[in-house]
Amino acid sequence: MSELIDREVAERVLGRALAHGGELAEVFAERSAGLTLAIDEQRIEAVQSGAGEGAGVRVVEGGTTYFAHVDGLDPADLERAAGEAAAALRAGRAEPRPLEARATTPFPIEQPPAEVPAERKAALLRELDRRGRGAGPEIAQFMASYAEIRRQVTVANSEGLFSGDDRTRVRIGAQAVARRGERVETGAETLGGHRGFELFDDDPGAIAAAAGRKALTLLDAGPAPAGSMPVVVGGGFGGVLFHEMTGHGLEADHVQKRASVYVDKLGEPVAQPLLTAYDDGRMPGEWGSDAIDDEGTPTQKTMVIEDGRLTAYLYDRLTARRDGAASTGNGRRESFRHLPVPRMTNTYIAPGEPTPEEIIAEVERGFYAVSFAGGQVDPATGDFVFGVSEGYLIEGGKVTRPCRGATLIGNCLEALAAIDAVGNDFEMKTGMCGKAGQKVPVGTGQGHVRIARMTVGGTEV
Amino acid sequence: MIEAARRAVEATLAAGASDAEAYASEDSEREVRAHGGEVESLTAATKRGVGVRAWIGQRVGYAYGTDLSDAGIASLAERAAGSARIADEDPYAAPPELPVRLSSAIGGKSAPEALPSLALTDDSLGEWGVDRVAELALAVERAALAADERVSGVEQAVYADSAERVAIVSSRGIAGEYEATSCYAYAQALAEGEGGRETGLGFGLGRGPAALDPEAIGREAAERAAAMIGAGKPTSRSCPVLLDPTVASSFVSLLGNALAASAVQRGRSPLAGRLGEEVAGEAFVLHDDGLEPEGFGSAPFDGEGVPHRRTALVEGGALRTYLYDTYTARRGEAASTGNAGRGGYRTLPSVSASNLVVAPGALSTEQLLAEAGDGVFIDDVAGLHSGVNPVTGAFSVGASGRAIRGGELAEPLREFTIASDLVSMLRAVSAAGAEPRWVPFGGSVSAPPLLIAAMTVAGS
Repeated sequence: MSELIDREVAERVLGRALAHGGELAEVFAERSAGLTLAIDEQRIEAVQSGAGEGAGVRVVEGGTTYFAHVDGLDPADLERAAGEAAAALRAGRAEPRPLEARATTPFPIEQPPAEVPAERKAALLRELDRRGRGAGPEIAQFMASYAEIRRQVTVANSEGLFSGDDRTRVRIGAQAVARRGERVETGAETLGGHRGFELFDDDPGAIAAAAGRKALTLLDAGPAPAGSMPVVVGGGFGGVLFHEMTGHGLEADHVQKRASVYVDKLGEPVAQPLLTAYDDGRMPGEWGSDAIDDEGTPTQKTMVIEDGRLTAYLYDRLTARRDGAASTGNGRRESFRHLPVPRMTNTYIAPGEPTPEEIIAEVERGFYAVSFAGGQVDPATGDFVFGVSEGYLIEGGKVTRPCRGATLIGNCLEALAAIDAVGNDFEMKTGMCGKAGQKVPVGTGQGHVRIARMTVGGTEV
Repeated sequence: MIEAARRAVEATLAAGASDAEAYASEDSEREVRAHGGEVESLTAATKRGVGVRAWIGQRVGYAYGTDLSDAGIASLAERAAGSARIADEDPYAAPPELPVRLSSAIGGKSAPEALPSLALTDDSLGEWGVDRVAELALAVERAALAADERVSGVEQAVYADSAERVAIVSSRGIAGEYEATSCYAYAQALAEGEGGRETGLGFGLGRGPAALDPEAIGREAAERAAAMIGAGKPTSRSCPVLLDPTVASSFVSLLGNALAASAVQRGRSPLAGRLGEEVAGEAFVLHDDGLEPEGFGSAPFDGEGVPHRRTALVEGGALRTYLYDTYTARRGEAASTGNAGRGGYRTLPSVSASNLVVAPGALSTEQLLAEAGDGVFIDDVAGLHSGVNPVTGAFSVGASGRAIRGGELAEPLREFTIASDLVSMLRAVSAAGAEPRWVPFGGSVSAPPLLIAAMTVAGS
């Protein structure tokens, strides 16, 4: 693939960055181009085309990272950024190693979205609108969005690494609003991948129909129960629970600051033996996949929990160096404007034996959380909270009625250890994960999972 | 910047647009992250870019870019016009018009009384070098560690600042420019005790680093973390709830979203159709004020060049008006309230509050606690973005804080939820405290503590 900056330019920038010392210097160059559009009130609107390029230069010395970034890829701008990053260093000059190009194979894109006529994108949204509104007469409103982005990156560092990636992602989202008298409910669904427009070859309208169905179902929802009870979490989107309650605590920066409940737990049992989990940045076409991470390390499949035992943390280059470990290819950044930090890619619980029906049948009275509106966790304490966007009551081993406004609240260590069933219905879903002010695309996945006991916050006391 | 914006408008007209508007910004930023007595990272950045809104009749499109060369601007203009051709016609789409009384002022001639002059910059920001602001971040961390022996560490102490210049030019004669500086510092302290680990956030903000008090920021983080040691769950019940200013602000910023005419007109607000109705307790008085110098949302004009102002939103318990930009004003047969917000050159303007200001009341925090009698004091909520239905205003969020017994703060509480809906909660506001605070989370809000007469608390 073609690099965004020439080898000689990269070498000059790295040399400039090390002018006042430093153990590691890196330049990360990026060119991005994207298009988003939406349909609302049956009108195509909010058509936005974005283009940008720029670079970030960092120098690491001791425990300190010096970082500067600029808009634009003009060699003079890059050298200026290197100078700014180096300005606060006070050591003697260091020399970068000569760069050695490393070949990487970006994920294949069959239909580059930039080559697809705009009318087809608008037609896709009109199709979503038709399907979403078609879910039932009580659908009062429907909105959908389309987004495409291509990010080309080149990374070079003073250890001689010179690598790049070319990433194209597409994603559609659907949101339906159902109304019955004073009752108003919403339902949402998304579909995305590290793919081209071919992702929409099958039946993209299905997500619109699903969003409509969710909103309609919630019209019949009663108040959510409040209290401690067994909770069954649905497949796919349900994986966000594992992402939040366990994944973040395995990111090595949290661990090294002892701001994670998984500190000193490597090799220890943290879950029941039925649970095995991975972070895998190489899953073909998945939303959280890349060929290399944003420090040039090839992505990999990392087993984080094996039969209930904690087996790995997720590392970027700096945290790995601190622990005398190797980077697991989890050094990710939102853009050249951000420093890389350890981040998940696609994180999932490996499928188990029972069917979802079998898992639910064993619950006398409990709560069934199918999907979440989002969640938040404090990695230091392990306390988390999740808003349930689609939930049901389980009574006598059966799903009985939908509930609205439920929240799941608990502690990571306790909740993970309380998982007593993992289903065989594996599915991956897409999400945008925020950390340290940066958003990156991540995949979450699992089959149905049962947590023996968890606090459900509802309005029915 | 204004020159780049002018070129972008001309290029977009040349690319076939009937009208065009360019928003250009240039920004220098610094950020210091400290940990363990050392600087963990030091960032210096310059950002610049232009975003262009193009109208072709009643179709609107948008494009942004960072390449300000003539070729870059030409490509940007083509993309903006191309975006407009994809969009459907919208009967309310039209470029903002300059109010007659202001045309000369923004045009740069005279009439200084028309546009308020705002003090949005602080010289200390430019005067303090990197070493000095790094020392400030380190001082925040030291203060947190020294404030309470139960503090075991500080996850991160951060200082960040920004000096920004913004320009807007349109084919309808709008042309304006301003500068603003801002900075903030925060720390997340860790406290350990009784077999548990707790976190607490302390923060401060200002126009320049001289306005920040590192001692106070560190101490707040330490006190919040240490206060949570040994926290239990409250019993589930309905009881009086006192929200501290940070939590009150979070809910007020949600209210700001519900007040946006864009949400109201599309039937996605719990306040739709309630103009003039009673939506809050008398104690709750709310203004949008884009001219309040302390507010981070302040500027002479909004994201499409319409002058900022002070607007009464909730007064005497009644809903007075919604927030409008040019588009929603045309659609709602109202006037723009100067509430076209921008997230920077990369986003289309959309209706949002500038600074939301809740009027302080007469009671001290002690008096509010006494008024509550037995209840729950909440100083942190989690999951506000996922636990709220924006259409109905119904919410259920995680919370932590302290029990209130006999009118005083008692044991710490965590891992419980509060559930209600926005309007019911506002109607239940029985008193506002006398001590407001600016909070920058999810918008710029100034709010005092708020006492809610009754709310459902779900714990054990």
